[in-house]
Amino acid sequence: MNLLIDGFKSAFFLILHLYPELWNIILLSLMVSGTALVAATILGLPLGAVIGLKRFRGKSIFISAMNTFMGLPPVVVGLFVYLLLSRSGPLGFMGLLYTPSAMIIAQTVLAFPIVAALCHSAVVHVDPIIRQAAATLGATPCQVTIKVIREARYGILSAIITAFGRVMAEVGAILIVGGNIAGYTRVMTTTIALETDKGNFELALALGVILLVISLVINAILHIVQRKGMMEAGR
Amino acid sequence: MRLLKAVLLSVLMLLSLVPLSSADSTRIRCASTTSTQNSGLFDFILPLFEKKTGIKVDVVAVGTGAAIEIGKRGDADVVFVHAKEQELKAVEEGFFINRHDVMYNDFVLIGPSNDPAKVKGMKSAADALKKIAESGSLFVSRGDKSGTHTRELSLWKKAGREPVGQKWYLEVGQGMEKTQRIADEKRAYTLTDRGTWLATKDKDKLDMALVLEGDPTLFNQYGVMAVNPERFKTVKRKEAMEFVNWLLSQEGQAAIASFRDKNGNRLFVPNAK
Repeated sequence: MNLLIDGFKSAFFLILHLYPELWNIILLSLMVSGTALVAATILGLPLGAVIGLKRFRGKSIFISAMNTFMGLPPVVVGLFVYLLLSRSGPLGFMGLLYTPSAMIIAQTVLAFPIVAALCHSAVVHVDPIIRQAAATLGATPCQVTIKVIREARYGILSAIITAFGRVMAEVGAILIVGGNIAGYTRVMTTTIALETDKGNFELALALGVILLVISLVINAILHIVQRKGMMEAGR
Repeated sequence: MRLLKAVLLSVLMLLSLVPLSSADSTRIRCASTTSTQNSGLFDFILPLFEKKTGIKVDVVAVGTGAAIEIGKRGDADVVFVHAKEQELKAVEEGFFINRHDVMYNDFVLIGPSNDPAKVKGMKSAADALKKIAESGSLFVSRGDKSGTHTRELSLWKKAGREPVGQKWYLEVGQGMEKTQRIADEKRAYTLTDRGTWLATKDKDKLDMALVLEGDPTLFNQYGVMAVNPERFKTVKRKEAMEFVNWLLSQEGQAAIASFRDKNGNRLFVPNAK
């Protein structure tokens, strides 16, 4: 119990003093997960929308596959990306292993199915009348799709929030492809894992508290955006 | 939607603060073991090397088996581990060049402070393991193909025992310090390196004691080797050799000798030839 209290105390201390090293670790975490999230959204949103709006053969199998990939174990993704980016692997010539770029790639793979599957579900739940009305009014298929996506935007925002939570909390994949190199590929979660390994439970716990606070702030901002939008929509 | 755009824009601006560039030529990558990293040795000697040469060494700390594998795949420039036989084998296979002894520490056998298997006072590590196996006490093994694990298995072989699969033999697949903590929780014996033991026994409040040391079979040699640049054109040959040579130089050896842990213990003894 004492350890827990000490953990919170030193978390407070760390936040108050915000050591430059810690600041860099936090920034790198946000940079890696944020970029991965942007990439996953760029790829996943159109895919989810298309699957939601188009009919094609094998659609239900595709959706099941997507839902399965939402639960990909991070270590498996890490190993897969490691083998891909290793000097002995197919993409080894790019020299990306043990760099922040490799971490972004791994987290994009993790976030992509979540964004795609949840965007699909958001699009599917848009009232079909909107589609029909738009089509009747002479909208092209592309305009219809954009209209539906606009209608589904708060569901899509939820998809992005969920994916963000997943990648910020993830440690298995980035530890393998990033290597946890001090000052270069060390992020919040890998620091927590390392400090736990070294027996610095207090510091590890403090970092955990900071990570939670950051997630809380970001989620609060997104929630405000979402609620404001819903109120506008209800008007 | 305007608010959403503003949020996205600020996130993007934040992202651009951190450069995305991959490693430049003044960085080399060293695959090494958790014992060298967690003891604080690298934190002490690498800044000295960087100050002298301007070369930054990125350390990827994993088990010895994984470190050698990373080197074999060309994902590091230098490998710094402690499993001489495995190292020499990998050099023979053409994966590495310029392998050299750098320093040593030794393995020690630790166990519950009340020593239920009565190992204290024994001289031979193999005999001690045999006694632990017969006493019914638990033994925790790294079980991760690390240098320590490799040594432990060869000691069991010497003792004429096959521990894998036995009820009293726990393979945990974790780093050294975590393994010690598990042994402490389980009231078990384990093989550890003196460096990790001295550096962590007080910090982790281990209720354990050193029960056997000084047997020549517990000698733990650390070696460094460069990844063969003929196999991987991308290896930074010049910088890697500079690092190897510095470790072997009088200056590098003196740095290793002067390293002390938080409690003032000398953990590694330089012995480059």
